[in-house]
Amino acid sequence: MSVIEIHGLKKQFKSGKNIVEALRGIDLNVPQGQIFGLLGPNGAGKTTLLRILTTLLQADSGEATVVGHSLRSASAEVRRVIGYVSQKGGAEAAATGRENLSFQAQLYGMRGAQVTSRVDELLAALELESIAGRPVQTYSGGQRRRLDLALGMVHRPALLFLDEPSVGLDPQSRARVWDEVRRLHDSGTAIVLTTHYLDEADALCERIAIIDQGQIVAEDSPEGLKRKIAGDVVLLGLDNGHVIAAQELFSTQSFIREIKQEPEALRLLVDEGEQALPAILQLVHERGLPIRTVALNRPSLDDVFLRQTGRSLRDDLN
Amino acid sequence: MNLFSEIWIVARHSVRVALRNPMTIIVGLLQPVTWMLLFAPLLNNLPTTAGFAPGQAINSFTPGMLVMLAPITSLFSGIGLVVELREGVLDRLRVTPVSRLAVVLGKAARDLVVLLLQGILLLLVAWAMGLNVSFVGIVGALGLMLIVGLLMISVSYGFALMLRDENAVASISNVLLLPLLLLSGLILPLEFAPGWMQRVADLNPLAYTVDAMRALFAGQFASGAILNGFLVTAVLAALGLFWATRSFHRALA
Repeated sequence: MSVIEIHGLKKQFKSGKNIVEALRGIDLNVPQGQIFGLLGPNGAGKTTLLRILTTLLQADSGEATVVGHSLRSASAEVRRVIGYVSQKGGAEAAATGRENLSFQAQLYGMRGAQVTSRVDELLAALELESIAGRPVQTYSGGQRRRLDLALGMVHRPALLFLDEPSVGLDPQSRARVWDEVRRLHDSGTAIVLTTHYLDEADALCERIAIIDQGQIVAEDSPEGLKRKIAGDVVLLGLDNGHVIAAQELFSTQSFIREIKQEPEALRLLVDEGEQALPAILQLVHERGLPIRTVALNRPSLDDVFLRQTGRSLRDDLN
Repeated sequence: MNLFSEIWIVARHSVRVALRNPMTIIVGLLQPVTWMLLFAPLLNNLPTTAGFAPGQAINSFTPGMLVMLAPITSLFSGIGLVVELREGVLDRLRVTPVSRLAVVLGKAARDLVVLLLQGILLLLVAWAMGLNVSFVGIVGALGLMLIVGLLMISVSYGFALMLRDENAVASISNVLLLPLLLLSGLILPLEFAPGWMQRVADLNPLAYTVDAMRALFAGQFASGAILNGFLVTAVLAALGLFWATRSFHRALA
């Protein structure tokens, strides 16, 4: 069974005279019990899709069910069973962590002792007890993010949406957030997150949909995506003066699928790295190219993105 | 949960947070209290005019200040809404099962509670300065002030949802504020005004509120001014609330 089913979802925005097609027909199934990642550059449509799935926006056309409830006809039921942590989090800065959580629990219909025990439980689980009585505006980025997560989990949702869960966090806080997401997943919550960080998608998600310009361009497990689409990467380190010569040498070889120049290196995309490596070294030797280093890399999700869209995700971020 | 218990939950939480910071209450009070301390004494030597009796300046002046309090506090309450919109607070609340209307009405209720507390504090200052008014007059005056407050809050929320920018909300409120106040006769009675200005003031709802407020303070409970004031303000407040909730449904529901 799928926790989310989407058919032909479209959304346009008007900005002045221009029409921006944020979603151009999304079809997607999210299986139950997984950490599912929507990976794509800023402006790809990830947040729009998430806002539609969380009932904050209405799609122009298309159908979607979330945890078995239709978005169009049963949005109130959808809201009861999902949690949502937006990019900005949405905690009230002037209220304390405990006040934010208690209020959220009451909005989900909890009362009295029920509120207190659930809030205590969450404060303990996310190690926020010592700062629970302080206004949120005094929290560090990592503390605030943990509170945001707690706010999304108050009612034990069947499905939790996380929009860019680790954006702007230091590495330690980031790892901490990942741990919390994994723990939540282990307890049986389905998780859908958006990210434009490759390492986050790679480290956290069991399944990924790559989204670009309002369309899903690929979908599989991280390993499957890399295996199917990108092949392996051989990176030859050599002086800039020899990069051109090396490129000419390899451009005529049929087993090389793609060549890309990099500073003091040449990047070769091949189907099977282990088999290609001896042939590459042989060619290098015959031509007498002074290579300094050789590395065989499994492809990254960035390579996948590059293959699918012709652009690098990293370029988009800069 | 029904709408009222939802509004209650939102309002109770929001009031608790708002009152943590005493500046919430003090800022709006500073201006009318300064007028009372530094301007009202001048009126004691004014010749008898409608609503102004010599020697009892504070009795004639406090009703105007109570009316002033509502716009200078509540006309700016939409700014908080814009901030919550931008920081994702409203989105978080909109994803919960609570009615989206209850979220806005609960926040409006918080702004009314702040206004009421300011009104009571203002009356205490006036009382210390020698105010002499009946209990019925006070209850009626605070009730009327709350209706004006509801009008101002609705208008401010409507602007906030339309403009979505706190600077724009602040500017438009400031532009509206001064003519609204000056053309209401809340500092000096409009009997002093030239004819054209009185005609314009006839179009200002706050002018009727001020008349009603003065009558309440003077104990003239049979006066038609009281009925007029309540009627004009209540009708406008209902229209304002309708506009604000409609903008809310369009923008966020």
